[in-house]
Amino acid sequence: MGDYKRLKTPLSEDDILSLKSGDRVLLSGYIYTARDAAHKRLLESLDKGEEPPIDLKGIVIYYCGPSPARPGRPIGAAGPTTAYRMDPFTPRMLELGVKGFIGKGKRSKEVIEALKTLKGVYFAATGGAGALLSQRIKEAEVVAYEDLGPEAIRKLYVEDFPLIVVNDAYGNDLYEEGRRKYRKI
Amino acid sequence: MREIHVDRIIGTVKNLCIKANYELPQDVREFLLKALEKEESEVGKEVIKQLLENADIAQRERIPICQDTGSAVVFVELGQDVHIVGGNLHEAINEGVRRGYTEGYLRKSIVRDPLRRKNTGDNTPAFIHVELVPGDKMKITVLPKGGGSENMGKLVILTPAEGIEGVKKFVIKAVEEAGPNPCPPVVLGVGIGGTFEYATYLAKKALLRPLGVRHPDPFYAKLEEELIDEINKLGIGPQGLGGITTALDVHVEYSATHITSLPVAVNFNCHATRRAEAEL
Repeated sequence: MGDYKRLKTPLSEDDILSLKSGDRVLLSGYIYTARDAAHKRLLESLDKGEEPPIDLKGIVIYYCGPSPARPGRPIGAAGPTTAYRMDPFTPRMLELGVKGFIGKGKRSKEVIEALKTLKGVYFAATGGAGALLSQRIKEAEVVAYEDLGPEAIRKLYVEDFPLIVVNDAYGNDLYEEGRRKYRKI
Repeated sequence: MREIHVDRIIGTVKNLCIKANYELPQDVREFLLKALEKEESEVGKEVIKQLLENADIAQRERIPICQDTGSAVVFVELGQDVHIVGGNLHEAINEGVRRGYTEGYLRKSIVRDPLRRKNTGDNTPAFIHVELVPGDKMKITVLPKGGGSENMGKLVILTPAEGIEGVKKFVIKAVEEAGPNPCPPVVLGVGIGGTFEYATYLAKKALLRPLGVRHPDPFYAKLEEELIDEINKLGIGPQGLGGITTALDVHVEYSATHITSLPVAVNFNCHATRRAEAEL
């Protein structure tokens, strides 16, 4: 399919506003992994007045806990994890300047609303395609919370990372639209 | 009496953990290919193509199929004429899992207890189901079970009056509510009957059956077919992005039950239904 949009991180507000649910995107640049435990620790440390371990402005967060890298490779399998577990943290991450989130599975009404008011996008990567996605990751480095193992924050350099826009900044939801289109009962 | 040394069990479990996580079973691959032919949604087709390509890359490049290399669920059919020597069965299985997940570059996804949540560091303990059977053989099946699909599981105890319609309604509602979360197209294990815990065991065990193999009882085989048809009309599709392939297959297992009870359990597996078995 030739209708991919190419985007580079960090994402600007214009990038965000140009995306609509259903758009296929090839993303390049740096992105950061974070899952349940990293979100919890990051927000708790901000509550204590500490500086965040990474600059959050304009970044894209990837909900991913990779498998260990074989020697000579940057990373192991690295597909998305289910996103709803991060729902309670997401509006606050948007307030802190995060612009994009990559995961799989549906988001809460609160997250969809926050993406609209704070101008952000939720992308899906194909769940269970961890080997394929791994090959689009060229560099990986743990930048915070190493003790969390697979849940540590990793800075990844990705090239043409294949994504689809699920929730855009206009309140659309591809999961709902897609299901309506093919529903037969 | 036939002796099996624990060293053989350890080595076998290790190899099965690695094989299951790197090599998508042939039946699952064939069902994905069939789904690709039938799927009406363009995005759905694209997803299925990615999954097939992913399986090829995993096997060729030695990258796990999915980064969630799962809880190690291990089923053992143990012949009652087998004598295990050199140690005990549960420790041997756990040692095999430890070596498989460490030497195989698999993710360690198990925490010691559900509330304090410290990672055990080696993906043990395994979740082990042992069934004693006649004979002097031992069959071991490893089913690495991902968390995303496992988390969508459901159990209900219906009243007998709710009958087959109640069962269908419950299963379909579970799939509908799960939507994209369990990584569709899914494989469903449905356990009907038994007791509170036995229904869930049957649902898990149903996932071991190869895709396309129907229940030997025509009544339950028909129920499986009806569930597949109705689930695939929900529109959820590959990865929940819309389409006609929501379930690759549905397997039902049933058991005798109490006169007052109709337990129903649904266990989801993702499209990466991984399993590997060996006989000793």
